Amino acid sequence: MTMETILYLAHTEDDGSLSRVALETLTGAMGLHAQLPGARFVAGFVGGDVSAAVAAASGCGAASFYAVSGPDFAMSRYASDAAALEAICRASGATIVVAPATSRFNRAIPGVAQRLGGRIDTHVGGCSVEGGALRIQRGYYRQRMIATLTRAARPWFLTFDSGVYPQWDGAPVAVQAESLTVTLGDELKKTKVVGYKAPFASAQTIRPDATLLFVAGVGWTKKQADGQVHLEEAAQIILNVLDKSNASLGSSKSLVDQSSEGHNVFSFMSHLNQVGQTGSTPRHPKGLAACCHGEEPHVVGWRFIGERRAINLDPNCGWAQGKADVVYVADAFALIAKVSELL
Amino acid sequence: MSTGFHVVVCGSLVPDLLQTLEPVQGPAGPALKNELMLPSVLDPWAAHALFEAAHVAATVPGSKVWLVSLGPKAKLQQLMMSIAPKVPFELVAIDASASGFTDPVEVAAALAGAIEKIPTLDRSRLLLFGGCASASRDAGVTVALVGERLGITDQFLAADELTVSAEGTLTILERVEGGKYLVSEVSGPPCAIAWATGNLPEPPNNPQVGMLNMRTMMPALQKAAAVQLASPGTTFHSVELPKQERRTRIVKDVPIDEMAREIADWIKG
Repeated sequence: MTMETILYLAHTEDDGSLSRVALETLTGAMGLHAQLPGARFVAGFVGGDVSAAVAAASGCGAASFYAVSGPDFAMSRYASDAAALEAICRASGATIVVAPATSRFNRAIPGVAQRLGGRIDTHVGGCSVEGGALRIQRGYYRQRMIATLTRAARPWFLTFDSGVYPQWDGAPVAVQAESLTVTLGDELKKTKVVGYKAPFASAQTIRPDATLLFVAGVGWTKKQADGQVHLEEAAQIILNVLDKSNASLGSSKSLVDQSSEGHNVFSFMSHLNQVGQTGSTPRHPKGLAACCHGEEPHVVGWRFIGERRAINLDPNCGWAQGKADVVYVADAFALIAKVSELL
Repeated sequence: MSTGFHVVVCGSLVPDLLQTLEPVQGPAGPALKNELMLPSVLDPWAAHALFEAAHVAATVPGSKVWLVSLGPKAKLQQLMMSIAPKVPFELVAIDASASGFTDPVEVAAALAGAIEKIPTLDRSRLLLFGGCASASRDAGVTVALVGERLGITDQFLAADELTVSAEGTLTILERVEGGKYLVSEVSGPPCAIAWATGNLPEPPNNPQVGMLNMRTMMPALQKAAAVQLASPGTTFHSVELPKQERRTRIVKDVPIDEMAREIADWIKG
């Protein structure tokens, strides 16, 4: 059995720090190092100025620290990120590369795996060591089934989603990072990052760090007991409960699809809010669904929600079949308005 | 832009999203129970990519769209019946397994090989499109792997919008953390864009477009090259459905104030 070299990769945020998912993944990488006998552990960082990031991770026990930094690497750009990561991977001789599943790395790491002739598994939900060999768990068919697998090919790139490991918070120690020189030609600077833009929505309703995910389904736009549609009232109730609970807003596909088809739906909601089979799979500790069905394609978006509760007029809806902890059979308009009052 | 883009969309079939899926162990590794019998749809994100490609082709004169699709030939033929009337494109078919358990590196090699063989494709005008992930393997890496194989160094993931200026500059909005978009500009093709949902609705069926597409689809399906997707060194120890461990408590016939108080306490707790 060959000795593994585990490389932990991270990039800096705009302020030079490490993101939460980067620190969570560091915990995972350290755990993997502890489980794999004889493995070497190294770390690599990319960013404009990586000194704060290296310091934050300095106590992780890595034998070597590599850095690619400078103004060309401050921004999230495929060509420069892939070049930097490739240099770190080659310099470290990594056989297992562990990285956080950030949008920046999700874009760059597959290309690095291709350049190095490796294999890649994303959205890794856990790993273990059996008989000295690494096994990982990841979902297939949008988390509708979970596989445990191992690969012989190296380097093996793994990206971890947020919420798999606790955030690492060790004390810093004095380390010296080896700075790698990566020169970018003009052909690698064709992409210019202009900046950030808020989605086409009237209010920022996506809060990844929120404790609660509130998922609004298409029922909010349907005719109510009086035979009328109450869109404005629904919008007010939803915004109110989001405001009072500081929750993040999710939505079902059927609701956001109405927007793209030109129907009158909520101005604060976009495709970015969509959870489920064709949306995101957020990892909030709590989730509350109102006016959603609980069928499998929708519930896959809830796979990583800790405590799940749902409000539905139909006691036989999909949520009532072992997918939610509690199902409240009630009118969501009245119940959510009342909850907002109590919050 | 006077010459237009050559837009190649990578997209394949996945089981209809409403189907119940059950893993089984096949002779070549994990598979889905009754996989060949399951009704299929074009992968949702790949479908968005195809609609966006058609939109680009419609707005930039001289552009053309190819759909490179990897899957069992018979199922691809069925799938094309439903896609053909949507938007104009030329099919490039690859006869191979569309299972989610195939290795993306092998799939990317097959896709890149097929793209390289498109005789009239001008790689300097290439926009490589695909979904930001599939509803089968759900890895989100295939477009990047294909792009690397084709030497494309300007890549974008989870895009929702592409605009082309009069000078040919591409502006791309990519989804990033915190519900925001990263706005990037690239001076021109080639580039690879893995699409999220985009902003376009599904186009209505157009029988004329369907008939036009079908003229090239059947020959493309007939000459689809068969590819064996091996994944040497990969061992699946288990594939199972997540356990349903929730014991759902149904609360009904309870005053709404009581329910609200319970929910509010739970949120605050």
